[in-house]
Amino acid sequence: MSRISATFEKLQAAGRKALIPFVTAGDPDNASAVPIMHTLVAAGANIIELGVPFSDPMADGPTIQRSSERALKNGTSLRDVLGFVTEFRTRDSETPVVLMGYANPIEAMGYDAFADAAAEAGVDGVLVVDYPPEESEPLTMKLRHRGIDSIFLLSPTSMEARMDGVARLASGYVYYVSLKGVTGAANIDLTEVSERIPQIRSRVNLPIGVGFGIRDGATARAIAGVSDAVVIGSRLVQEIESSPPEALLENLHRLVSEIRQAMDA
Amino acid sequence: MQMYDLPDSKGHFGPYGGVFVAETLIHALDELRTQYEALRNDPAFVAEFEHELKHYVGRPSPVYHAKRLSQKAGGAQIWLKREDLNHTGAHKINNTMGQALVARHMGKKRIIAETGAGQHGVASATVAARFGMECVVYMGSEDIHRQAQNVYRMKLLGASVVPVESGSRTLKDALNEAMRDWVTNVEGTFYIIGTVAGPHPYPMMVRDFNSVVGRELLTQMPDVLGRQPDAILACVGGGSNAMGAFYPYIPHTDVRLIGVEAGGLGLATGKHAATLCAGTPGVLHGNRTYLMQDANGQIIETHSISAGLDYPGVGPEHAWLKDTGRAEYVSVTDDEALEAFHMMCRLEGIIPALESSHAVAHAVKMARDMSSDKVLLVNLSGRGDKDMATVAERSGLTL
Repeated sequence: MSRISATFEKLQAAGRKALIPFVTAGDPDNASAVPIMHTLVAAGANIIELGVPFSDPMADGPTIQRSSERALKNGTSLRDVLGFVTEFRTRDSETPVVLMGYANPIEAMGYDAFADAAAEAGVDGVLVVDYPPEESEPLTMKLRHRGIDSIFLLSPTSMEARMDGVARLASGYVYYVSLKGVTGAANIDLTEVSERIPQIRSRVNLPIGVGFGIRDGATARAIAGVSDAVVIGSRLVQEIESSPPEALLENLHRLVSEIRQAMDA
Repeated sequence: MQMYDLPDSKGHFGPYGGVFVAETLIHALDELRTQYEALRNDPAFVAEFEHELKHYVGRPSPVYHAKRLSQKAGGAQIWLKREDLNHTGAHKINNTMGQALVARHMGKKRIIAETGAGQHGVASATVAARFGMECVVYMGSEDIHRQAQNVYRMKLLGASVVPVESGSRTLKDALNEAMRDWVTNVEGTFYIIGTVAGPHPYPMMVRDFNSVVGRELLTQMPDVLGRQPDAILACVGGGSNAMGAFYPYIPHTDVRLIGVEAGGLGLATGKHAATLCAGTPGVLHGNRTYLMQDANGQIIETHSISAGLDYPGVGPEHAWLKDTGRAEYVSVTDDEALEAFHMMCRLEGIIPALESSHAVAHAVKMARDMSSDKVLLVNLSGRGDKDMATVAERSGLTL
């Protein structure tokens, strides 16, 4: 069983929901990448989504765009990100790590080289924002052979036929993007989410994470009430952006702990 | 004649093209594909498009024998397809007119577009005014600064121009921002992409609307010359004017198709936008194609004297035509393009766009080594009024 499935099973048995923070690797600098990952786990994260910076993050709002630009200024490459995971694994062999990013850095490395290196580093899942199911099968198969899950997005505009397409290729969990727009855009529509989740559940037999637009403990708690996992990204990236270096880990720990407590309350 | 029936139903040209976008855009693209498939086969829609091209755009554009330029080159005869004579001064209006009509049929009241040099922005603002639609144009803040006159033209036409401050603040970032707008406002908004790139069906749709150029040539050249030209040359940034001229000629294998990319300061300097000559395949802006990128797959900044060619990708159909050898791709430097620009002004009384000057420059180069009974047809994709400031600056003048 993959680390991701094991994590969801354990949480379910305990009656808890997964908290999945997203941070861009290499933001604010490469040296902070692994300490940030350990801090997120210590504060109650169950799975880490580690953003691979890309020069043209088409689906991201200004907050994550800026974090990507900061990481690229630090020279953070896909190989560096894989190195962070390797280092993280020396101290944490339990928490699943999902790489999230865009197609081109993977295209440039090559599917086989990437899948081998990701497996070697201890990556558990890969979410490529601009590989919809139609274009993702070759990579998905190579990842599957190495025991790595492919995570896919579903959106408010995904029709039922598309959910079936995602169900065919996805493993680990699916990620429901809760609003029309880019990351960090607006506030989440709880009614819409609670209507859509059962619809997805009836066609996709995987845990469902919900993200885009979750900014505080109260919304995280409400989303946790209807889904299996809460993904929180832009809000954390904002915290990284606004924190002075010496307070960065402490601020992140406080923020993630608050959300965790709200979800568990 | 060879069969050619691309893209396939998923938008692929061999390994290129496709739909590489986030899930949030898939539904909108599906809807567009379905609507466009119906419209392109609907005689009433085709007639409506042709009517607008004739009465509003001013088509057909003439072909013209550039005798003095040919004489100067001293070899093959150079002919020009005068897309510079279209309304708004370039081929771009062929596509924006087509897409605006599609938008109308889909009931969309808001148009968005990206622009680099501003030509596609002006052409989009023009058709939006013509049909009473709201128009928002995304433009890199670098480009806004370089192309102040076109920004004012768009505003006169009633469009809002939104400066894009992310990334390199140029065309590619404007495209990213337009995509972000579209994904947010997907229900009422139609995104008019300006070149033969982007996710399927855009490369096919933009090609189809621009291929009026090649279709006209197919009958015009035999009319004036008694035969087809030996080669067709066109500049390639994203590649929409070239694709429009090439597409109807793909089965006519005795006509060479030559795309001319922006060699900037020279390919060896790395400061250029010759994606097909010097780039490698990857995924950007919704399709797989050749890209200017570093070893880690990050997109790198390009350089060209002509803002319209300054793009790190290229249409996926060009990538396919390159790999199959059906079309050839070469590059011309900033200096060579400028020299051709001045030759056209002095010898033919035509001020060409700096983009189109690249194709003219290569035609002059080729013509020298060919006999005088050979014919090179250059797609003169636009006029150079927009380039006055750039050219004057190069000559040490300020206007």
